[in-house]
Amino acid sequence: MDFEQFGTVSFASQTKVNAFVERLYEGKVSGSRCRQCGARYFPPRADCCACLSSDMAWFDIQGVGKLISFSTLSYAPTGFEQDLPYTIGLARFEDGIQVFGRLSQSIIAEEMAIGMDVVVSPIRLPNERIAYELRKP
Amino acid sequence: MKEVAIVGIGQSAFVRGYEGSIRELTFEAYREAISEAELKPSDIGASIICSAPEYDKQRTPAGVIAEYLGLTPQPTFYVESVCSSSSMGLRLGYSLITAGLHDVVLVLGFQKMSEITSAESQERMGRGADILWESPFGTMMPAYYAMHARAHFAKHGTTEEDLALVRVKAATYGQINKKAVYQKAVTLEQVLSSDTVSSPLKRFDCCANADGSSCLILACADRATDTPQKPIWILGIGAASAPVNMAGRDSLTGLRCAQEASKQAYEMAGIGPQDVDVAEVHDCFTIAEMMAYEDLGFASPGEGKNLIRNKDTYREGRIPVNVDGGLLSKGHPIGATGGSQLRTIVLQLRGEAGDMQVRDAKIGLVHNIGGVGLYGNVTILGK
Repeated sequence: MDFEQFGTVSFASQTKVNAFVERLYEGKVSGSRCRQCGARYFPPRADCCACLSSDMAWFDIQGVGKLISFSTLSYAPTGFEQDLPYTIGLARFEDGIQVFGRLSQSIIAEEMAIGMDVVVSPIRLPNERIAYELRKP
Repeated sequence: MKEVAIVGIGQSAFVRGYEGSIRELTFEAYREAISEAELKPSDIGASIICSAPEYDKQRTPAGVIAEYLGLTPQPTFYVESVCSSSSMGLRLGYSLITAGLHDVVLVLGFQKMSEITSAESQERMGRGADILWESPFGTMMPAYYAMHARAHFAKHGTTEEDLALVRVKAATYGQINKKAVYQKAVTLEQVLSSDTVSSPLKRFDCCANADGSSCLILACADRATDTPQKPIWILGIGAASAPVNMAGRDSLTGLRCAQEASKQAYEMAGIGPQDVDVAEVHDCFTIAEMMAYEDLGFASPGEGKNLIRNKDTYREGRIPVNVDGGLLSKGHPIGATGGSQLRTIVLQLRGEAGDMQVRDAKIGLVHNIGGVGLYGNVTILGK
């Protein structure tokens, strides 16, 4: 499982945190935690810039977060046109971990609001691709 | 401290679909600057060429352009920080002079946005963000700024109409800037009824694409006093960066890189926001100008809307902002933008801004942002 399966269109095929994609298939959206100093990162990283360690463990994003902001696109870059209109957003989870991604198509426009509760979960996309999305709890 | 001055300025007209090569485009701004400074190519100690390379067919354009301008065998540098490339070029030029390596340095910014096809441009737009973690969701510049707009609305009560007022102001001055790509008036109604690009931003909330070039000639204090133009001094120069991924941002109602860069620039110049007579801010989107009011301290957080509602940022107002049309009307040829903003402020401080002239301007400020608040550059100029 390669990183190039991540998202509607992926622009990079390799990262040392490729296992992020495997974990999506297992139903988990995960960040990385430094085993040396405890710093937590989302998106996950292979290296800790706080203490320079590369000894990282996975943690899963759980619980209910709050939507910080969002926007619905009427135009898209090449490769995303078939998804229009779609909404991107940023949500904050416990301990301040923030997640950027798409809002689920199951959330209708009238329901979208800053401060609304969201959870994050993997979503299978066409053509054997996978991503995660923000959805209602 | 008066160590480095701008002694020559130039800018091409900002146009759609420039009919020529990038080297010819850069020559237009260069010829204006070096002519008014009455310098010879051999007087230029080094050149700094600034653009966003994803729009250039030419690899490593600095050498090609330096040759076309007649600036070989002097060293040439290529500087890129997307939309703030030429402000970052100014910072390098300032450093080269204060380090004593060169007495006179040329900073040339350019972008021929039409160098690539619209399809290629659409493809590159998708890569304008973090390609690992954001681009796979289908992001574009307007969408990011739209998220900032919505956050600003929710926290501060700013409205779509407030943003539209920023566009109306830009168009007011775009009409009197002969080098602007968009020289038409825009009404509040036109902005509010234009197509949504990425909610809540509409077509008229977005800046105009353009091809163009800008040129600045910098000189050390000894050389600045014997040039024909009034030297305009760099009093403060700040630069900062911020996380590219929105997940790394602690706030979407302002740009940390702009706050940090302005703090540095004010400290270095020994002034505060209340001392600025005229400003150029990076209004790639209307919300960007609104946040700039607050990030630069022209208004407290959340009070930016009152500046535009009260017309405080019009030419006759308390703090005139973008009275050359800004990126919204003048146009935004990425690599040329910072140099064009700096040129406008130099004209203002020389008293040569014509119809755009702000009365008795002594201190000017330029706020130039790269990416969605990824790079922030703030420069303070004085007579």
